Amino acid sequence: MKQLSRAPWFGPLCAVLAVYALFALLAPQTFTRSANVLTMARQTVIVSLAAIGMTLVMIQGGIDLSVGSTVALTTVIVARTLDGGSGAWTAAAAGVALGACVGALNGLLVTGLRLLPFIVTLGTMSALRGAAKGLANEQKVDADPKGLDSLMALPGGAHGGFLLPTGVWVALALAVVFAAFVAYTRPGRHVVAVGSSLETARLCGVPVGRITLIVYVIAGAMAGLAGVMEFATLTVGDPTDSIGLELEVIAAVVIGGGSLSGGRGSVAGALLGALLLTEIKTGSTHVGLPNWVQEILTGAIILVAMALDRWREQGRGSG
Amino acid sequence: MAEVATPRLEIRRLEKTFGGTRALAAVDLAIAPGEVHALLGENGAGKSTLTKIVSGVYPADGGSMRLDGALHAPHSPAEARRAGVAIVHQEPFVCPHLSVAENVLLGAEPTRLGLVDRARLRADARRALALVAPEISPDAALGCLGPAEVQSVTLARALAQSGCRLLILDEPTASLAAPEVERLFQVVRRLASTGIAIVYISHFLEEVQRIAQRFTVLRDGRRVGTGDIEGTAPSHLVELMSGHALGGRRRRAPRTGGDVVLSARDLAGPRLPLSASFELCAGEVLGVAGLVGSGRTELLRAIFGLERVVRGELRVRAKVGPASPTRRLAQGVGLVSEDRKREGLAGELSVAENLTLSKLPAWVWPARERATARRLIERLGIKTSGPDQPVRALSGGNQQKVALGRLLNHDVDVALLDEPTRGIDVRSRADVYALIDELASQGKAVLVVSSQFSELLEICDRIAVMHRGRLGPAVPAAELTEHRLMLDAAGVA
Repeated sequence: MKQLSRAPWFGPLCAVLAVYALFALLAPQTFTRSANVLTMARQTVIVSLAAIGMTLVMIQGGIDLSVGSTVALTTVIVARTLDGGSGAWTAAAAGVALGACVGALNGLLVTGLRLLPFIVTLGTMSALRGAAKGLANEQKVDADPKGLDSLMALPGGAHGGFLLPTGVWVALALAVVFAAFVAYTRPGRHVVAVGSSLETARLCGVPVGRITLIVYVIAGAMAGLAGVMEFATLTVGDPTDSIGLELEVIAAVVIGGGSLSGGRGSVAGALLGALLLTEIKTGSTHVGLPNWVQEILTGAIILVAMALDRWREQGRGSG
Repeated sequence: MAEVATPRLEIRRLEKTFGGTRALAAVDLAIAPGEVHALLGENGAGKSTLTKIVSGVYPADGGSMRLDGALHAPHSPAEARRAGVAIVHQEPFVCPHLSVAENVLLGAEPTRLGLVDRARLRADARRALALVAPEISPDAALGCLGPAEVQSVTLARALAQSGCRLLILDEPTASLAAPEVERLFQVVRRLASTGIAIVYISHFLEEVQRIAQRFTVLRDGRRVGTGDIEGTAPSHLVELMSGHALGGRRRRAPRTGGDVVLSARDLAGPRLPLSASFELCAGEVLGVAGLVGSGRTELLRAIFGLERVVRGELRVRAKVGPASPTRRLAQGVGLVSEDRKREGLAGELSVAENLTLSKLPAWVWPARERATARRLIERLGIKTSGPDQPVRALSGGNQQKVALGRLLNHDVDVALLDEPTRGIDVRSRADVYALIDELASQGKAVLVVSSQFSELLEICDRIAVMHRGRLGPAVPAAELTEHRLMLDAAGVA
């Protein structure tokens, strides 16, 4: 039990359950309905996918501010590819590949020019947003989704997934894959080592540059996949979409036990963090709280989560 | 001795418990004004807990402290400072982006109309520096100074506060070379002559013998001995510290010299070294003696690929030329860094993760890594609660064993050791010596850099001296004395 309570995802899990119980009490007719639960799961997919990548980046000691812009650019690319006559699979692959390229660019700038990740991705955040707008002629790009929208369709319909929308299964599967990557593979352990102490990692022969690059490519590809899911939801390419998404993603990672100074983070925790943010948003709407109260609530939850984590860490330090 | 005189610091039956561990148990201590008092003990004996209570970092659980007869029970470091207690830590806490003057008066900047009075700041800093190192300019950027100068700045900061009565020096010579130690001793004597009482913590007994008048030895949180330095043999101090009598000089296992495994010819780095040539054989311990800043560390780092090689030939068995740390490890060359905290170990990671980091399999099974770690913990006698304990929670000596254990786990053939016994206790030091001896007798090649010349004479087969970036010829240790090494390192012909 003690071991369980020390797992990084334990706190977020308690928070998710507590907030669920709270809203179930306040809005018993609507909040606990299975349709609502499914909607929340679906709404969490995009932040979750990006948060998986962001978790790796933050464990490595970096940060990626270009996530929102990458998602927007991806929706435009997917729409343009579909418009050009390609099928759904090709368009989705193009979106993920674009994301990976963006990640590679971020990674190369960080390792090659030895610039701070914050600065590099602040730059690419702006540049990619501009690229998305240029590519879309500064307007939304309509396209026939050719079945791509079924990724996010609720189950029960003709194209819905099994029990949950297909996109939710994709996010869960990738979460398992990358959680295992961090915990059980050599490059994964190297990511933790670099974030914990870059100098020590170098001394131990860890290819620091390569590890950094890999992490940003993964984060970019995950942001690209999140963009594909966003297109599946919107069914248009929108260059002004997902402004500020990166902050929500970082919040999810941090709630899930991630540290801005590297070395710590949990894929499962980040997923729960993303779910918590959705719960608060949806629950507030059900209870009838105005938007501005939701935002204050979200901020307060983030700060409380951080304070609790600090407190837990200190308890461990002296124990 | 006049017993009636009020001691500068008098500690009676001081108690401190952390969790279930009794860090201090009824410790007594008395220091007279102008006295240099050596506080001795292995790592974890309670020295730092004691100084932290005196300097207001922790409150005491029991007992009393008096400063010149007045009750001393500081609730914060600031309160202890106001009472006249200053401490100079082993690792200097400085702001590299600020000037020397700003560092000296950090937190006590003189102001005028709410603004920093720069003229007075400089004057006050110069006055404090005059006692310690008058040649350092108050306007210099701290980041440009060497380690000895940085230490002078932290010492000046301790003295800059008004009414310093008790000065605690924690391992002040750990990063200093021999001539710098001499200078520090002069400063310490000068300060003591003005009536400041000085608590001097050091692992180097020969230093203690020269600078201190009295000593107190702590072991496992208890005071096990106190007395005058004069007339106390160093071997007796070691016995008090370790709790058991030491045998004579350790006997070295017989060695059979092998082939040359590592060699350098006219090796030069971007700044240091200027020129280094040597040959290291299998089954040999080669020492590099030299002062801080002579280029010893840079030589090791250039060999291991952590710094650039700009000229000369480097050869590891048949492989010629510089290589990255990743390649060097693949060639069976490993390095233990002098900077345990920043580079040697990842403090937040566990003992097991630190031990196995350089040689992880493609698929990592935590259970298997833990088993590997347990074997190394047992073999090296690392004191830890288990393989999952964060390495930062270990004492310095045990941390160093983890750093060395990593080379064992990697099964390197060539070990590059940079200051392998820096800041570790007597018993761990003996363990490290035994390990180096064992490696060499197994046919491994060991290259050791150390500021402790007596240490090199004890563990090395041959020793070469580095002076201002140039490495001299390697000479059998049996033909050398500490005196000779000192003269060579200082460049005295």
